[in-house]
Amino acid sequence: MNEGLPLVDAVSGVAAGRLADVWVYLSASPLLGLTVTLLVYHGAFVAYRRSGFHPLANPVALSVIVLGALLWATRTPYATYFEGAQFVHFLLGPATVALSVPLFEQLARVKRLWLPMAGALVVGTLAATVTAIGVGWALGASKATIASLAPKSVTAPVAMGIAEKIGGLPTLTAVLVVCTGILGAASARYVLDALRIQDPTVRGFALGTAAHGIGTARAFLVSEEMGAFAGLAMGLTALFSAVALPLVAGWLLNWI
Amino acid sequence: MIPALATLLVFQLVGEALVRTLAVPVPGPVVGMALLLLTLVLRPALLAAIKPTAQTLLQHLSLLFVPAGVGVMLHLQRLGDEAFAIGVALVLSTLVGLASAALTMAWLMKRVAPSADKGAP
Repeated sequence: MNEGLPLVDAVSGVAAGRLADVWVYLSASPLLGLTVTLLVYHGAFVAYRRSGFHPLANPVALSVIVLGALLWATRTPYATYFEGAQFVHFLLGPATVALSVPLFEQLARVKRLWLPMAGALVVGTLAATVTAIGVGWALGASKATIASLAPKSVTAPVAMGIAEKIGGLPTLTAVLVVCTGILGAASARYVLDALRIQDPTVRGFALGTAAHGIGTARAFLVSEEMGAFAGLAMGLTALFSAVALPLVAGWLLNWI
Repeated sequence: MIPALATLLVFQLVGEALVRTLAVPVPGPVVGMALLLLTLVLRPALLAAIKPTAQTLLQHLSLLFVPAGVGVMLHLQRLGDEAFAIGVALVLSTLVGLASAALTMAWLMKRVAPSADKGAP
């Protein structure tokens, strides 16, 4: 019945079939997830630079929105995307180790300021955790959500470990960690200006305590010195939180 | 670049191995960072070899958080159901964390080491 099929249709049918094959290949290989992640982030970073590095044009937030929309539009499951994106995710480990370089270069000032830094670290981390648990509880969030919120100021791999220990959902915590970093990086300039905190060591340390790696990335853009103190705060917060938060948050969660 | 990258990975590896052997609840890369810092203090000559690679990695630190952030897709249902509580908790606790850390540090710097740093102009 289809003997009279025009040649053009046959050719386009073959081409469509090939395209479908290409899509089947690409959607199953890590190549696409990795490439798209880098391209989208590059685009987001160019937009960030064009805005004069405006804190509200955060490149992580822009990238997550664009990539999320792309996955949704192509009905690609997150697990498939992560097959490719995991290569980027993996670099969080070596990057954490690399923080020792700016730290070493600021060591003289670190030694002089250890007490103010220790105080800021303990107060900042506990205040953020207690506020997150308290507000979540007061507004009726479920216990799993509250437990996922509790460690959100800590850098992602550590926060996920803490969440797991206190009954939260590690992958939800990862998302909340990123949200916290974006919020902290976007609001720090306004909050610290309002408090009349001008010293770059204090500004950097507060950013690293409250907004981990995303805050540290923001601080490095402002100055190497601010970045070093933010990185230091992020590392120390991770150490302190890994030990203290399961106890403190676990104890608070037992009460609610 | 390759020796530098290998150095970072070796320290991460040692960190992970230590953490697992001693069963301490600290992340491996953080221990790796502390060990590399100690090594740099003992052998400052190492700095020149790893600095360029370390700086490149740290300049693009934001990128490394993107894959975890896209994981928001897995939790749209819960985030939608509890959007108000989660949103308010996120914003308030981030602001409280930032402000309390900054104020505590500034206050302690004035009390403990008044002349240690330039301080606020």
